[in-house]
Amino acid sequence: MDRRSFLKALALTGAAFSIKEVDAMTLLSQNFAAAGPADKYDLVAVMGGSPVDMFRKGIAEFGGMSQFVKKGYRVVVKPNIGWDKSPEMAANTNPELVGEIVRQCFRAGAKEVLVLDHTCDNWQKCYTNSGIESAAKAAGAKMVAAHEASYYREVALPKGIKLKSTQVHKAILDSDVWINVPVLKNHGGAKMSIAMKNHMGIVWDRGYFHSNDLQQCIADVCTLDKKAVLNVVDAYRLMKNNGPRGKSEADAVLSKGLFISQNIVAVDTAATSFFNQVREMPLETVKHIGKGEELKLGTTKLDSLDIKRIKI
Amino acid sequence: MLRKIRIVVSVLLFGVLSLYLLDFADLLPMQFHAVAQLQLLPALLSLNVAVLIGVLVVTFLFGRIYCSSVCPLGVCQDVVNFVSRKLRKKKRFKYRKPLTLLRWLFVGIAIAAFVAGFTFLVGFLDPYSAFSRMVVHVFKPIYMAGNNLLEGIFSRFDNHTFFAASVYLTSVFSLVVALVTLLGVGLMAALNGRDYCNTICPVGTTLGAVSKYALFKIRIDDAKCNSCGSCSRNCKASCIDSKQHQIDYSRCINCFDCLDVCSKNAMSFRYGMVKTANTKVDKSKRTFLMVLGGAGVATTKVLASKALPISAASNTAKRQVPISPPGSLSHTNLMQKCTSCHLCVSKCPQQIIQPAFTEYGLAGVMQPVLTFDRGFCNYDCTICSDVCPAGAILPLAMEAKHRTQMGVVRFVKENCIVFTDETNCGACSEHCPTQAVSMVPYKNDLDIPYTQTDICVGCGGCEYVCPALPNKAIYVEGLSVHNTITIVAEKVEEVKVDDFGF
Repeated sequence: MDRRSFLKALALTGAAFSIKEVDAMTLLSQNFAAAGPADKYDLVAVMGGSPVDMFRKGIAEFGGMSQFVKKGYRVVVKPNIGWDKSPEMAANTNPELVGEIVRQCFRAGAKEVLVLDHTCDNWQKCYTNSGIESAAKAAGAKMVAAHEASYYREVALPKGIKLKSTQVHKAILDSDVWINVPVLKNHGGAKMSIAMKNHMGIVWDRGYFHSNDLQQCIADVCTLDKKAVLNVVDAYRLMKNNGPRGKSEADAVLSKGLFISQNIVAVDTAATSFFNQVREMPLETVKHIGKGEELKLGTTKLDSLDIKRIKI
Repeated sequence: MLRKIRIVVSVLLFGVLSLYLLDFADLLPMQFHAVAQLQLLPALLSLNVAVLIGVLVVTFLFGRIYCSSVCPLGVCQDVVNFVSRKLRKKKRFKYRKPLTLLRWLFVGIAIAAFVAGFTFLVGFLDPYSAFSRMVVHVFKPIYMAGNNLLEGIFSRFDNHTFFAASVYLTSVFSLVVALVTLLGVGLMAALNGRDYCNTICPVGTTLGAVSKYALFKIRIDDAKCNSCGSCSRNCKASCIDSKQHQIDYSRCINCFDCLDVCSKNAMSFRYGMVKTANTKVDKSKRTFLMVLGGAGVATTKVLASKALPISAASNTAKRQVPISPPGSLSHTNLMQKCTSCHLCVSKCPQQIIQPAFTEYGLAGVMQPVLTFDRGFCNYDCTICSDVCPAGAILPLAMEAKHRTQMGVVRFVKENCIVFTDETNCGACSEHCPTQAVSMVPYKNDLDIPYTQTDICVGCGGCEYVCPALPNKAIYVEGLSVHNTITIVAEKVEEVKVDDFGF
């Protein structure tokens, strides 16, 4: 090798190393819009079946899980596992639904599926007593801890109004895709806890949210670049009163519903309207949904969307 | 043979208890805490008749088996001694005269402290509690840090076998006490074997008094013994006077080491009628001790009842009365029975039980108190009351736990986010298991906390999570005597949902 070609090679290598990951590249690699089938429905609502049946019917309308999870993907499934409560209380996402989602991820070719939540009660008790740990593990997923700051990484939220940056769980940030699986609940502070509110389980510092305009912060955190590839709202049982924790089984209603969408504002709007049949809950009181629309995270105008309704 | 059995049994019990104290990840079965229940002083305080009779009968039959095999501090000294003898091959023991007066002085101090209401001083001397504090405050943090190191390495390779543990310094005072115990007892053990057991330990002295009359004892066959002194050199209790062919049974801890080292087979553990030793009783010594004890009780009693003054300012949301763990019934019960073994501190999954400093006054130093800085009491958890060996925290059925009120909620509206910022919050109500804190309409679609003290259990969920700074808007005030709340069962309504609603 002569001196000239050596220098050229050196310069090229240097240039190659200097390439930095930019947002545009991450967006390209996960391609939110292209991941879903554009020609299919915006939102699928299912009623009247078991959690597993409803999910199977619903996801089929989107062309199956393989539309969202590709071969070799590392997937995070993020249910609500906030409380040390059994499934009948409707405080946490239905474990059978979580199990089915995990199974479908693997069937679609996922390399690894992780399940996590930053819980409110003791995390080990929540993971165990919600039934989610055993259901997820039986389906082949791994439960990941989220109870320590060391599991989180700071990310900027340039589009946020009150929340300009926050620490998000590394497993979510490092995943190929993540699936948001909230449970439909009444909430003392945010009025409703659905898909947007479920984001408070991927962040470390929730206290900041509460002391800096909770409703705005919930909308702000949803501007995260790494958006959930799917929002699956579990309304098999919903929590009517005393949410998000609930006092007793009397707070839960067996409503047998399920809502799937990539549009987080729309899915929260649909779920709130569904909830409104059980207990009055005007959409405008659930302020984070409207604020989400203002931040262009989706639409509350369900009429403008192509919705598939299925009754089993 | 007897020595081998002793080693196996002691290592087993010691291992189970130590691992149970270290185990932060709940890998071991809860039943392991049974080893703590076997300990004499906690059994005495909780009036665990089965254990008390068991230990006394065993001691009366075979001598201080408890000290050689059950007591974790005893076994711990054997371990130190084993290591020190490996390092210093020439280390030899020799017979030493008993320090009877000093030994009974410590028993006197322990009794006086208990009567005076300073149970924590008894716990200071209690070998089980001293050991358990060492593990909880010195070794457990090291164990957890080791776990975190492994977690860091494994997580790098996307292996989630380990999870990070939160290592906190729960109490500086307890750490210092644990370190002093570790160094003090460790040094005594390294130099003189079971010196602590036969000089300071009140449990050892008491059992020694019984074991003098034990039916089975180690006996020296005068015909076979050639007074070589081998037994004496290997006796870590320094209680064999090989020249006189005599053993001080009040100090023999039944380690059976001497049986194996005697080349003449002159030592044996066998049944024999009680040989009344003609020991002279020093009447004046006894009187002196009794007077000393009485005086001690009188002065300490005065001190114990003196609560330390607490300064209070409004709006600071600082509790005036400490919160004792659920099942402790009252501060009085807790303080009377707790030996500060810190088993509850170690086992609380929320890490909210901490050794008190002066919250309960001088008499309650190192006894467990709840703090809500890092967590709150899990509504469906009874672990502290399940494991307490001393009856300081009594077992609670889940139903009873749900109704136990250990403190009551206090709301300081002026500090509340909803009041100051006029934005939604509700973090307190979110965490409230009984909805003693609920959200009621305030203004502009906002809800504000509303408290019902009669259904508050004092779990501290609201206090822990309240985001108001620098002063919390909600906190729990302790109750020196716990109450029972009434929970009204709610009817499950049949609600039919037939439509999507959009």
